[in-house]
Amino acid sequence: MTPARHGSVATAGRPGLVWAAPVLLFFGLFALLPMGAVVYLSLTEYSGIGTPAWLGGDHWARLLDDPIFFDSLWKSAALTALSWLFQTAIALPLGVFIAAPGRSRALLAAIFFMPLLLSGAAIALLWTTLFDPNFGLASVVGPWIGVEDGNFIGSPTLAFYCILLVVSWQFMPFHTLLYQAATRQIPHTLYEAATIDGAGRWRQFRSVTLPQLRDTLITSSVLIVVGSLTYFEVILIITGGGPGTATRILPLHMYLEGFRSFDMGYASALAVVLLALGAALSLLVTRVTGYHRMASQREGL
Amino acid sequence: MAIASRRRSTIGAAVLALLLTTAACGTSGPGETGSEGSSGADLHLWTLQNEGINEVQQAAIDRFNEEHDASLEMTTYVNDPYKSKLQTSIGSPNAPDIFYNWGGGNLEQYVDADQVAPLTEALDENPDVRDAFLPSVLDVGTIDGEVYGVPMQGVQPVSFFYNKDVFAEAGIDEFPATWTEFMDAVDKLKAIDVQPIALAGSQGWTELMYLEYFLDRLGGPEKFQAIVAGEPGAWQDEAVVESMRMVRELVDAGAFGTNYASVNYDNQGSQALLTSGRAAMELMGSWEVTGLNDNFPEFIEAGTLGWADFPAIEGGAGNPDSIVGNPSNFYSVSSQSDDVEAAVEFLMTQMTSDEYVQGMMEVGQVPAIAGLEDQVGEGTFGDFNTYAYEMVRDAPSFTQSWDQALPPDLSQTMLTNIQQVFNGQMTPEEFADAMEQAAQ
Repeated sequence: MTPARHGSVATAGRPGLVWAAPVLLFFGLFALLPMGAVVYLSLTEYSGIGTPAWLGGDHWARLLDDPIFFDSLWKSAALTALSWLFQTAIALPLGVFIAAPGRSRALLAAIFFMPLLLSGAAIALLWTTLFDPNFGLASVVGPWIGVEDGNFIGSPTLAFYCILLVVSWQFMPFHTLLYQAATRQIPHTLYEAATIDGAGRWRQFRSVTLPQLRDTLITSSVLIVVGSLTYFEVILIITGGGPGTATRILPLHMYLEGFRSFDMGYASALAVVLLALGAALSLLVTRVTGYHRMASQREGL
Repeated sequence: MAIASRRRSTIGAAVLALLLTTAACGTSGPGETGSEGSSGADLHLWTLQNEGINEVQQAAIDRFNEEHDASLEMTTYVNDPYKSKLQTSIGSPNAPDIFYNWGGGNLEQYVDADQVAPLTEALDENPDVRDAFLPSVLDVGTIDGEVYGVPMQGVQPVSFFYNKDVFAEAGIDEFPATWTEFMDAVDKLKAIDVQPIALAGSQGWTELMYLEYFLDRLGGPEKFQAIVAGEPGAWQDEAVVESMRMVRELVDAGAFGTNYASVNYDNQGSQALLTSGRAAMELMGSWEVTGLNDNFPEFIEAGTLGWADFPAIEGGAGNPDSIVGNPSNFYSVSSQSDDVEAAVEFLMTQMTSDEYVQGMMEVGQVPAIAGLEDQVGEGTFGDFNTYAYEMVRDAPSFTQSWDQALPPDLSQTMLTNIQQVFNGQMTPEEFADAMEQAAQ
């Protein structure tokens, strides 16, 4: 009796599997199939001409032997961590700031959203010109901050931070937008209650706004962390991974191996690593933050 | 929510996977050329986008279609995507019948995959066509004694371009002919606070040109031929190491200033240095002239631009008349074409035709065709074109740019390592060892 009733409740409350068929088909065709293909390709020798020839695990052995791979992995990790820190530290307060009503804030918001409207390639070309050490902004700003000759993207140490700056500049508006929207969703009653309790502005931010933005913080973090594994075209255009290998992060290493060196097999091995990393990272973030439990911060409202 | 976030991440990863597998899809895509029957088959020609040159190419195609009742069609691409597109199409049913390529190692990989039709026989049947091409250029389309590509546009030798006003100000009357004089000139230019050489060092290929010339002057073209042939120890040859030492000497002497590694060629960073007089010269391919004319026309009009051969190096084994650069670009015929005969016929009838050669010269190209001494001197860039033409005609050897002559993976490693030598992250000896290891 009990199992039967349980079953009927489940079917009554949820749509049948048929409803999921289109999305499953789409997902299979455009996500699972390519993923399987890339794993297969990583086990082959393939230059892009003709058909892939079976090779076995050689590419995977080479992976462990490739100093640029470990270097690019480390650079990817550093770029991910730093761009998360940098973007969150600016986007969160800024999002909260422009969430409040006011004409000047709206104007600031509009200006700040500009990079969001530009394509990645346009942003990269713009910054390439700004970074020109003789005629660009770099020649003006350089001397102010101790880089007399404006040699930013040509310096093996500074180039990485230039990329961090551009990538963050590009995506920060999006995250600001997330925080702005989330801040506006916070019920006014919470602030009213806090005011009655005698909380000042700072205390309100810390005890009301921040906890209420928790979900958004997680969403934004997942997007930054997983997204940083795909940062690519901006770096390709500005530095091409150089000077030397100073800005060659993992996705770029994959691209250069695949589409410049035409070593598709090895590039596929790198792609599989990226795939695993991306999946692992987002799982980790959702687990650690308890996001998957769908916990609410609005109990009692 | 949890499901949504997971899907987002999987999709993000899947996009990456897609990026790589598009290549695989290309080989199994529907056949365009194959499915349209063999009689009066549509032939496809792939080339690079370039307004002026494309018009001349189209005119040749129109003439051919008219005379032979054929239907050859031209498709144009931009440079970097083209290489990937070609790589993934050759050997597939989507392969073009005639394709633009760079000769050398670039062409060789297609030849090795049995995808290119040999042209030697057709050229032997048309000796006037064969003999019309400059031999040093046709060599680059020749692999293991068999011709697989014929030159289809201008020669692009590399030489020095300099700002005459700046040279005069520094008290240098003539462009230095020897390396000792060159280093003197570097000192004189530094003395008047000018950066001696503009270098777009954010792109490795601009730096490669120095290595190419140093090795050619010091050891002759045989040294690089040994590298191309994959001979063991070719990269560790003393002449290669010495060439890289000369690079370091030049860098350490401040010839490129200090911020060259940030300068980009594609946004005219180095050209602006040259034309503004903040730098005195630049080593570049012959396209520099048309490039400068597009971006800094007043500089060209004023006649401030000078050009000169790479100086001779005292005691070097190489001939100082030898040159490096892009001998030309080439058309090759796919061996899988529905109508190899018609495609070859197009090359034999059009590539050396008066209309085609004349048309190329009108858009500023210097064709790799013998006997044009009088004609190349006409037009806007007549002086320079005559210089470039005679330079190629009289050169005992014309070494192809290394990044085109070598297999793509080796050439990528090389460009990265060259940047590291220029930026002081690698010594000349380490460079030789790293390249030797990569070549094995």
